[in-house]
Amino acid sequence: MNLAILVMLPFIGAVLPLLVSSRPRWVITLTTATITAISFFLLLFLAPQTLQGLVPTTHVDWLPALGLSFSFRLDGLSLLFAGLILGIGLLIITYAHYYLSEKDDSGRFFACLLLFMGSMLGIVTADNLILLWLFWELTSISSFLLIGYWFHQSNARRGARMALAITGAGGLALLAGILLIGNIAGSYQLDAVFAAADSIREHSLYIPALLLVLLGAFTKSAQFPFQFWLPHAMAAPTPVSAYLHSATMVKAGIFLMARLFPVLGGTPEWFTIVTLTGLATMLFGAYFALFKTDLKGLLAFSTISHLGLITMLLGLGSAGALLAALFHILNHATFKAGLFMIAGIVDHETGSRDLRKLSGLRKFMPYTMVLALITSAAMAGIPLFNGFLSKEMLFVESYQQHLFGGLSWLVPVLATAGAMLSVAYSIRFVHGVFFDKVAENLPKTPHEPPLMMRAPVIILATLCIAVGVAPMLFVSDLLQTAIAVVSPTSIDVAISIWHGFNLALLMSILAIIGGVGIYVYREDLLSFNRQFDHHDAKEVFAKIVKSVTNFCDGLMNRVETGSLQRYIAALLIITVVFVLPELYQINQLTGSREQLPVNAVSLAGAVITILAAIGTAAFHHQRLTSLMMLSVVGLMVSLTFIHFSAPDLALTQLVVEVVSIILMILALFFMPQRIPKASSGGRVARDILLAGFVGGIVGSLNYAFLTRPMNSISDFFLENSVSGGGGTNVVNVILVDFRGFDTLGEITVLAIAAAGIHKLLNNLRPFMPSSDVDGRPWHRVKHPLLVQTVSQAILPLALMVSFYIFLRGHNLPGGGFIAGLITASAMILQYMANGVDWVKHRFNYNYQTLASVGVMIALFTGVGSWFFGHNFLTSWFTHVHWPIVGEFEFATAILFDLGVYLTVIGATLMILANFGQMTTRHRPRQEKH
Amino acid sequence: MEALYAVTVGMLTACSIYLILRGRSFPIVIGITMLSYAVNLFLFSTGRLVLNQLPIIGNQSEYTDPLPQALVLTAIVIGFAMTAYSIILAVRVRGELGTDEVNEPNQNDGEAQR
Repeated sequence: MNLAILVMLPFIGAVLPLLVSSRPRWVITLTTATITAISFFLLLFLAPQTLQGLVPTTHVDWLPALGLSFSFRLDGLSLLFAGLILGIGLLIITYAHYYLSEKDDSGRFFACLLLFMGSMLGIVTADNLILLWLFWELTSISSFLLIGYWFHQSNARRGARMALAITGAGGLALLAGILLIGNIAGSYQLDAVFAAADSIREHSLYIPALLLVLLGAFTKSAQFPFQFWLPHAMAAPTPVSAYLHSATMVKAGIFLMARLFPVLGGTPEWFTIVTLTGLATMLFGAYFALFKTDLKGLLAFSTISHLGLITMLLGLGSAGALLAALFHILNHATFKAGLFMIAGIVDHETGSRDLRKLSGLRKFMPYTMVLALITSAAMAGIPLFNGFLSKEMLFVESYQQHLFGGLSWLVPVLATAGAMLSVAYSIRFVHGVFFDKVAENLPKTPHEPPLMMRAPVIILATLCIAVGVAPMLFVSDLLQTAIAVVSPTSIDVAISIWHGFNLALLMSILAIIGGVGIYVYREDLLSFNRQFDHHDAKEVFAKIVKSVTNFCDGLMNRVETGSLQRYIAALLIITVVFVLPELYQINQLTGSREQLPVNAVSLAGAVITILAAIGTAAFHHQRLTSLMMLSVVGLMVSLTFIHFSAPDLALTQLVVEVVSIILMILALFFMPQRIPKASSGGRVARDILLAGFVGGIVGSLNYAFLTRPMNSISDFFLENSVSGGGGTNVVNVILVDFRGFDTLGEITVLAIAAAGIHKLLNNLRPFMPSSDVDGRPWHRVKHPLLVQTVSQAILPLALMVSFYIFLRGHNLPGGGFIAGLITASAMILQYMANGVDWVKHRFNYNYQTLASVGVMIALFTGVGSWFFGHNFLTSWFTHVHWPIVGEFEFATAILFDLGVYLTVIGATLMILANFGQMTTRHRPRQEKH
Repeated sequence: MEALYAVTVGMLTACSIYLILRGRSFPIVIGITMLSYAVNLFLFSTGRLVLNQLPIIGNQSEYTDPLPQALVLTAIVIGFAMTAYSIILAVRVRGELGTDEVNEPNQNDGEAQR
C-alpha cells in the first residue's frame, strides 16, 4: 500500500500549494518539498526490497471487465526512474524557490509541478498498461500547464500547445498500440504481458503494435522527426526545463521502450527502427546544438541528441547496450539538470541567455563557472566524469554489433561523429559563457546567485564526479536490479574507468580531439550551415495545423450545408444502400405460408388507400386538400385493422385520427397560406426515386415476412389472460397487466409530450390572419347554432359511451386509451362548437393536473402491489355482485386503466385546448413565479 | 391478400418519405403522420393477416396474435403525441422565424438581409 501512497501523494498534495498560495513563498515551497520528501522517503523505505530482487506491488481492481486495475509495482527499472523523479524533483523545488520572481504565482507553479511529478511516478510504477497510459496522458497535460506557465507570453502558449499536440497525438498512438498488445496477451497486467512476449512477437499484429508504441515513445522523447517540439518547449521557466526536459518527461518515452523491451524488443524490426531513429536523432540534435545562440536552445538540442543516443542503445538491444542505456539515463539526468539550472542561473543573474551577448562571466561567477565546467565535462564525456563511462560503453557496443551486415562499421563511425559534436557544443557552452572578453551591455550586472540556488547544482555536480570516479560504489546495485528487468539475458554490472588501450578509448580520444577541432573551426561550419535553407519548425507546424483546420472546415461546409432535406436524404440513401444487399440475399421473396385470397372489398380498400396516399403527397401544396386525403388514409387504416381481427386498434385509430386532423386543421390557421413552389424538377425526381426505393424495400420486407410462418410468444398471453389477468380481451390485459410497465412508460411519455407542447405554446405570438389569402374575411358566425345544439346533446351521450367502453375494456374491445380519447374528442367538440369562453365558463379544469393525476394513479396502483408482498404492478381481481347490473368483475388492473384513461384525456386536452386557445384571449402567457 | 397489403404499406411509406423530403414544415408533419400509419400497419402485420379471429377469449378456438396489437395500440397513441408535438413545434417556429422553411437559410443570404 505504501507504493500506492507514494504515487498518489503528489496528486493529493497538489492541492496544498494552492491552498497556501497567499502565504509567503517559503511556506509554499516547504509544503511542496515536504510532500515530495515524504514520497522520497517512502521510496527509500521500499528500495531495499527491490534491491534484494523482490518486487513490491499493490493491486486494486478498478474496472476488471475492461482489464483495468489500479496496480503498481516497484521493480528495478521503476526504482531507477522513481529515484530520479523524486530526487531531482526535490532539487528542482529548492531551485525554483529562488528562480521564480515575486510576480510569479508560485502556488500554481508548485501545484502543476506536483501534478506532473505524480504522473511521472505513475508511469514508472504502473503495473497495468492502460494505467500507464493514463498517467502518460496526465504528464502531457501537466507539462502543457508547466510549459505554458507564463501564459502571458505568446511563445510560451505556442510552445505548450505544440508540445501538447505532438505528445498528445503520440499518446493516442500509444493507446492503440497498448490495446493491440493487451488484446494479443489477453491482459493488460505487465506480468501477463511479459509472459506472452513470444506470442506477441510472433503475432501478425506485432508490426502495427510496435509502430504505434514507438510512435508514442518517439514523440514523447523528442526523437527525429518529432524532435521539433522540444526546443519550443524551452519557453517554459528554467526549473521546468531542468526537470521535464532533462530527467523526466522526455525520459518517459525512453522508459516505455525499456519497459516494453522484453516484449517488443530484440526483433530485426525493433533493431532497425529504433537504432536508426536514435542514430539520426543523435546526429541531428548534436549538429544543431552547435549553432544555437540561446543557451537553453543549445541544451534542448543537446538533450535531443542524448535521447537519441539512449534510443540507439536500446535499439542495439544487447545486454551491454541496455546497461549502457540505463546508465546513461542516470548520467544524463544528473548533468543535464545541472546544466539547465546553470543556464537558469546565468539568465537570472545577467538577464540574458544569448550566447552572442554573454561572455567572460568567470570574473563575476567563479563558482558557477566551476559547476558549469564539471557538468559540461560530464556531457562531453571527459574521463573521471560520469558521462565518460556511459559514452565509452556506447562505443564498445557500437563496434561489437554486426546487425547491419557489411555496413555495421557505420554505427561506430557515426557514434564517434556524434560524440565529437557533443564535445564541441559542451566547450561552446562553457567557453562562450564564462571565458573570452568580459561581456558588456548586459541587462543586469552579473553576480553569484544565492548559495541555496547553487546548492542543487553542487549536489548534481558532485554526483557527476562521484559516479565518474567510483561507479561501482554508487550505482551498481541500482543498475543491477534495473537491468534484470529489462534485459532478457543476464549480465553482471561491471563498470570500470580504465579498460586498457582499446578501440573504445581511441574513439573517446578521437571524439575529444575532433570536438575541440570543430569548436575552433566553428565559424567555418557556421558559414557552411548558412548555405542551407532552414525552416522554422514552428512555422511548419503552424502551417500544417492551419491546412488541417482548413481542410476540415471545407469538409464541414460541404457536409453541413444547413439543409435538413439533404441530411434526411443522405440518411435514407445510406439505409437503402445497406438494406438492398441484405434483401438480395433472400433466396425468394415469397415464403411458404398459406396466403389469404383477395376479395373485391379489400381490393377496393387498398386502391382507395393508395390513391389517397398519393393524393396526400401530390397535393401537398394545397394543404387542406392534402389533409383531407390524409384523413382518408387514416380511416382506411382503421378499416384495415378491423378487417384483420384487431377491433381495439380500429377504435383507437379512429379516434386518434379525428383528434389529429382537428389539430392539424387548427395548425393550418397559423401556417402561411400562400406556398411558393419550392422544389425544382430535379429535386422532385430525386425524391420520388428515393421514396420509391424506400417504399419498395419496406413493402418487400413486409411481403417477405407476411408469407412466412411464424412462432409467436403470445400463447402465454392467450392462456393466462383469463386465469391470471381476469380479462378476456387479451390486448387490454397485455396493456394493463402483462406489459403494464410498458404502458406506464407510454402514458408518461404522453404526459411529457403534452407538457412540452404546453411550454412551446407559452408566450408564443403567432401571426393570425384576419382574412384568407384572397382577402375574404372569416365568416361572421363563429359558432353555428345547429352545431352548438347537437354538440351539447352529444356530450352526455359521448361520456356515457366512453365510460361504457372503459368498463368493458378488460373483456371486450375498449379500455382506457380508447375511452380517454372518446371523452377528449367529446370535449373538443364542445370547444369547437361553443368556443373557449363558453367551455371555460362551465368547465374550468386544469388539464395538467388531470394528466399528472392519471400518471400518479397508474403508478400507485403498481406500487400498491408491494404492500401485498408482490412485485410492482402485479394485479388482483375478484367478482362482485352489483345490484341491477349483476355480476361484475373488479380487478386492480381497472385502477391502472383509470390512470391511463385520465392521462389520455388530460394530455389530449392539454394539447388541443391549449392550442385552440391561441386565437383567444386565453392564450397562454409567460407564467409568473 | 398479403401482396396487396404489402404493396399498400410500401406505397404509404413511399408517399410519406416523399412528403418528409419537402422543404416546408407542414408537409413534413403530414409525412410523419402518414409514416406512422405505415409503420403501425407494418408492425401490426408481424402477427400475420388473420380474418375473424379476434383476440378475445371465449367465442372461438383460434385467436390472432394479440401482442403486436397491444404494441401498435400504444404506438398509435404515442404517434399522436409525436404528431402533435411536431405540428406545435412547426407553429412555434413559424411564430419565431416568420417562415415555415425547414432549411437553415443560406448564410450569405442571411447577411445580405441584415
